[in-house]
Amino acid sequence: MSHTSAVSSQPASGRPDQPILTVSGLEIRIRTGQGSFAVVSDMALSVAPGETVCIVGESGCGKSMTALSLLRLLPEAASVTGGKIEIDGVDLLALDQRTVEDYRGEKIAMIFQEPLTALNPVLTIGEQIAEAVRQHRKLGRRAAFDRAVEALRLVQMPDPQRRARQYPHELSGGMRQRAMIALALVCEPRILVADEPTTALDVTIQAQILGLISDLQKRLGTALVMITHDLGVVAEIADRVVVMYAGRRIEEASANDLFDNPMHPYTLGLLGAIPRSHAGAKVGSRLVDITGTVPPLWDLPKGCAFAPRCPKAVSRCHQERPEFEEKQPGHFAACWEVTHANG
Amino acid sequence: MQLPKALRNTSLVVGAAITLTIVLLAIFAPAIATHGVEQMDMRNRFAGPSFQHLLGTDNFGRDLWSRLIWGARVSLTIAIIAVVCSVIIGTIVGLVAGYFGGWVDLVLMRITDIFLGVPAIVLALAIVAILGPGVMNVALALIVVAWTEYARVVRATTLVLREQNYVQAARALGARPSRILFKEILPNALGPIIVLASLGLGTAIIAESALSFLGFGLPPPTPTWGWTLAYGTKFIRDEPWLSIISGATIMITVLGFNLLGDGLRDVLDPRQLSRGGGKS
Repeated sequence: MSHTSAVSSQPASGRPDQPILTVSGLEIRIRTGQGSFAVVSDMALSVAPGETVCIVGESGCGKSMTALSLLRLLPEAASVTGGKIEIDGVDLLALDQRTVEDYRGEKIAMIFQEPLTALNPVLTIGEQIAEAVRQHRKLGRRAAFDRAVEALRLVQMPDPQRRARQYPHELSGGMRQRAMIALALVCEPRILVADEPTTALDVTIQAQILGLISDLQKRLGTALVMITHDLGVVAEIADRVVVMYAGRRIEEASANDLFDNPMHPYTLGLLGAIPRSHAGAKVGSRLVDITGTVPPLWDLPKGCAFAPRCPKAVSRCHQERPEFEEKQPGHFAACWEVTHANG
Repeated sequence: MQLPKALRNTSLVVGAAITLTIVLLAIFAPAIATHGVEQMDMRNRFAGPSFQHLLGTDNFGRDLWSRLIWGARVSLTIAIIAVVCSVIIGTIVGLVAGYFGGWVDLVLMRITDIFLGVPAIVLALAIVAILGPGVMNVALALIVVAWTEYARVVRATTLVLREQNYVQAARALGARPSRILFKEILPNALGPIIVLASLGLGTAIIAESALSFLGFGLPPPTPTWGWTLAYGTKFIRDEPWLSIISGATIMITVLGFNLLGDGLRDVLDPRQLSRGGGKS
C-alpha cells in the first residue's frame, strides 16, 4: 500500500505523500439544556494529496460533524473540545476567524449533499462562482466570470457559457451538482470535503458525478475526504476507509483490505446489508441486516457502543471499551473479538 | 397567450396605475397645474368644479386641482425620502441583528423596542417641534418612527435565511460576513423589503398629512395635502368639497400604495420563488 500512514500514529516526515490534512484526538461536543455530550470522540484522520479517504457510517454517527469541523463550520451548539486539526502543519483550531475565512475555499472546500439548496436561488451560477473567485483572487468582474465559465467547462457542464447565466432552478440535479463542484474547486483547494455528494442524485447520475470528482481530484492532486453511508461509493473511489459508529472509529483500512477482510462485526453487518447482484451472490440469499438501532449518544453503553447489537458480543464487550488498535499492518479495528494478526 | 403573472394580479395592476398616475402628476406638475399655487381669483371664490377650475376653488379663489397637484410633489418627496432612508437603516440593522445574533441582536432589538414604545405620531410631533418645520425635518421625523418596522421584518427574514444551506456553502468557500449579508442574504430578502416599502409609502403619506393637518408640517405657502384638508374644515358646513376632495386625494394615493404593496406581496411570495425547481 502506498497510502500507508497509520492514522493514529505520527505522520512520517520526508515521505513523498506527506499528509496535507491531519486530524488527531478530535472530540466534538454538543451542548444541550441538560448538559453536553460528545458526538465525536478520539477521531483521527490523515489524508495525503491525491488520496481519497472515505468516512462511512449510519446517520448520526458523527461523520458530518467531523466534516464540518474540518472547515470550522460546526453549528453553534457544537464545538471542538479536544484534539487537533492540522492543514499543511498549521493548527486550524488556533487560527483567527479571518484566516479561517481565507483558508476556506482556498485550502479546503466542501461539496454539500443537496445541490439545490446549497446554491443561492437568486444568483446565477456564474455569479456565484465568480463571487467565490473574487473572495480569494484580485480579479475584476469580467475576469472572475470568465474564470467561472472555465470552471464550469472543467466539470463538463454542457454549454458552460449559457449555463453560467442561468439560475440554479433552471438546471437539472446533475448539472447543479456539477456547478457545486465547480464552485468548490474554482480556487483549487488542496483539500476537498464532500458530504454525501451523490445521495440526492439519480443513480445514473451518481456514477457520473463520482467519476468526475475522482477524476478532477487526481488531476488537481486534491486530497479528498468523502463522507458517505453508501459502500458502493466507497468501493468506487476510496483509497482508505474509516468506519465510524456512535462517534468513534471502529475500523480503518485500505479500501481493498476492508472489502476483502472486514474485521469489525459492524463492518461485516454493513457489507452484508448491501444488495449484491454480482456472480458471487447466491440467488435468493437474504440480506443480512443489523438488528436494533444506534444507541443515543447521550446514553452510550459502558463498554463497546456496538455491543448491544453485536452478534459476537461477549460479557467483556459490555464492560470495557475496546481500544482502536492495529490488528494487521495498516488495518485498524476496535473490537475485543478480533485478534492480532492472522485473523 | 396568458398574461404574465404580475399582470393578472388585479390589486397590483390597479395599485400600480394609481401610484404611477400620482407620480406622473407630481413630476409634470408645472405643465399640468392650470393655476399657480398662490394664484387668487377673487371673482371665483368657493367656485364649484368647472372647466376653469377643475376641482373648484377656496375662499381666496385658489385653484384646488393645482394646489393638490403641487401638494403631491411635497407629499411624495417627503414620503420617498423617508421610506428610502428607513429602508436603508432598517435593513442594515435587521441584517446585522439577525445574522450575528447574541448580544448584537439583543442591543439592536432593545433600541428598536424603545423607538416602538413611543407612540409614532407623538414622537414625530416632538421631533418636528424641536427641529422646526422643513422638508428634511419632517422626513427625519417619519424616518425615526418608520425604520423599526423594516429592522424587525428584515431581522426575522435574516434569521430564516442565515440557516439556509447556500449561506453555509458560501461560508465554506470563505465568504466574509459582509459578503454573506449583502450578496447571499440581502438579495433573498428583497421581496419582503419591497412589499414593506410600498406599503410604507402609503403610511408615510398619511403621517406627513397628519403632521400638516395638526400644523406641524411644512408652513402654509407650501400646499401640503394635510394643510389643505385642515384649511378646508373651516368652511366644511358650506363648502364641504374642499375637505372631501383633499381627503379623497390622500385616501386614493394611500390606497394605491397599499394595493401595490399587496399585489407585490402576492407576486413576490417567497414560497413561489423557492419552488422554482422542476419545470421553468
